[in-house]
Amino acid sequence: MRESTASMSVSRPPDSSLVIELSGDWQLSRTLPSPVPAEREIAAGPKPAKVRLDGRRLGHWDSGLLIFIDAIATVCRTQQVELDLSLLPSGVARLIQLAEAVPERKGARAEKRKAPFLERVGVGALSAWSVAQGFVGLVGEITIAFSKIIRGTARYRRVDVLEMVQDCGANALGIVTLISFLVGVILAFMGAVQLQQFGASIYVADLVAIGIVREMGAMMTGIIMAGRTGASFAAQLGTMKVTEEIDALTTMGISPVEFLVMPRFIALVLMMPLLCLYSDLLGIAGGAAVGATMLGIPLKLYYQETVAAITLTQLFGGLFKATSYGALVALAGCVSGMQCGASASAVGDATTRAVVSGIVLIVAACGLFAVVFNVLGI
Amino acid sequence: MSLESELETTGAAGSVLPAPGERPPHITVRDLTMAFGSFVVMRDLNFVVRRGDIFVIMGGSGCGKSTLLKHLLGLIEPARGEIFYDGFNFTRADADERERMLRRFGVLYQRGALWSSMTLAENVGLPLGEFTDLTPAQIREVACLKLALVGLKGFEDYYPSDISGGMQKRAALARAMALDPEILFFDEPSAGLDPISSRLLDELILELRQSLGATIVIVTHELPSIFTVADNSIFLDTETRTAIAGGDPKELLAHSTNPTVRKFLTRGEGGTTLQNG
Repeated sequence: MRESTASMSVSRPPDSSLVIELSGDWQLSRTLPSPVPAEREIAAGPKPAKVRLDGRRLGHWDSGLLIFIDAIATVCRTQQVELDLSLLPSGVARLIQLAEAVPERKGARAEKRKAPFLERVGVGALSAWSVAQGFVGLVGEITIAFSKIIRGTARYRRVDVLEMVQDCGANALGIVTLISFLVGVILAFMGAVQLQQFGASIYVADLVAIGIVREMGAMMTGIIMAGRTGASFAAQLGTMKVTEEIDALTTMGISPVEFLVMPRFIALVLMMPLLCLYSDLLGIAGGAAVGATMLGIPLKLYYQETVAAITLTQLFGGLFKATSYGALVALAGCVSGMQCGASASAVGDATTRAVVSGIVLIVAACGLFAVVFNVLGI
Repeated sequence: MSLESELETTGAAGSVLPAPGERPPHITVRDLTMAFGSFVVMRDLNFVVRRGDIFVIMGGSGCGKSTLLKHLLGLIEPARGEIFYDGFNFTRADADERERMLRRFGVLYQRGALWSSMTLAENVGLPLGEFTDLTPAQIREVACLKLALVGLKGFEDYYPSDISGGMQKRAALARAMALDPEILFFDEPSAGLDPISSRLLDELILELRQSLGATIVIVTHELPSIFTVADNSIFLDTETRTAIAGGDPKELLAHSTNPTVRKFLTRGEGGTTLQNG
């Protein structure tokens, strides 16, 4: 059959009815006539006794035709005009009847409206409050689980802890190596440009050593772990929530916090100081590389200057920070995972939340430590 | 315990309340209202599941069957009302008591919910390792036996992602049975299974009741399963948001006068049709 464009014409024969004649191919992939002129004709003007749809000259049709007829049917219902579908192809009439067979359930349609500003603030505050409550609740549960671990009554698998230790310790070495070395290089470069002007290039070693050991080592490891391990914790726990694996643990009388959260928490808290120490070493190595190649400082001299610059207090201060960051990242990851909704996109949201809140917590804690260390004179 | 003879004599009760002299109540639900925030899912549910019963929770899609199951398991707290197991108040129990009660349950989740980081044998063995004093070798033996019972001999060291959906479901059943539970909960056991596997599962369920003497609670809307296995049931209605019928589904089919129940049990073919319903 030759393809022809869809068209519609409205006429009023003498028997006071209104005839809408449809012809051509009514398919969604083409431009279709708008139902508006026909609707206006039914609503305005003298009220017709009945509306007859004449489809005897229709070609191919699909849902495009149904949408048009549905619009006409809606107008007829509101205007209380009878609609005659007898001249349409029988398939069309059956489909329209099927669509109208089950009446719309009252209240089933979600109300779509723009919430006023105050309401949005309120809803936002309430959800932030519930997230905070969840966070505090989980911290409490972890504390209880800790006491159970010390008493030896906690239910978890030792092998899970070891697996997690490997995952967030050994497997993270590559990325920590790369980032720490580069941060050392960047710090040394920045310092060198300034210090060279005073002929004090050797102090680049001091700058890099103190900067890395006190702050940057812990901070960079923390941020790497937030992006790497915190996200993976959230995704693992979130997926387990979606597949009801967490429910399965609960109904077996095994606490998911003891069984899933604790191994992850312990592993990350144990690994963070070690990773931080490794990161400190690599950062200093990065600084030394710049010192030796660009500034011509002999490595031995650079080494002596570095050792003289850092104290044990600074080193342990850095490691303490790293441990705290590890706890915060693990907490952020696990809380997001445990509070995950029940869909694939919820897992994505949980992962995002884990990384963002992990990094925010690290930076906030870093600020807090700076003030406290300053007051304590460390 | 002569469960078999008892089973044959137990007729279906037309009411959801137990007739005197029948098996003792195992699960009692009193005035249960389920709600998410201000949205009420079901209100004022009252029913009793007797010891050794196969009890079916039925109703149309989205009427709150799975939600009711989650309430029975304590995964969601009721908005109002209480749930009793053997006369002990589950809703008001503290965490430790509840954990002890949960240990007598076995649950088969809709999608299996096998722990994906463990092999099938480890999945089945985990509850055994946590709650019994068996040695690892004995646990492995029991796990293999349970897997053999559901026809998964030889698949002990496979991970859940390596096997088909039907096999996952059977493995999940083996895990649910690991501790020889007193009550088994099934959430849509035949969802995603072909008709033959689904019928085999029904036979397995009947077999389990006979051999373990367990009480079984099933959430389903599969009519063939309902008529094959159920002794008792509750029908949840979306429109009125409460239970509108209860009792043996076969009796309901024969005698119920409620049009919604009739329509459901006859697949909408019994008199009322889609067009004028």
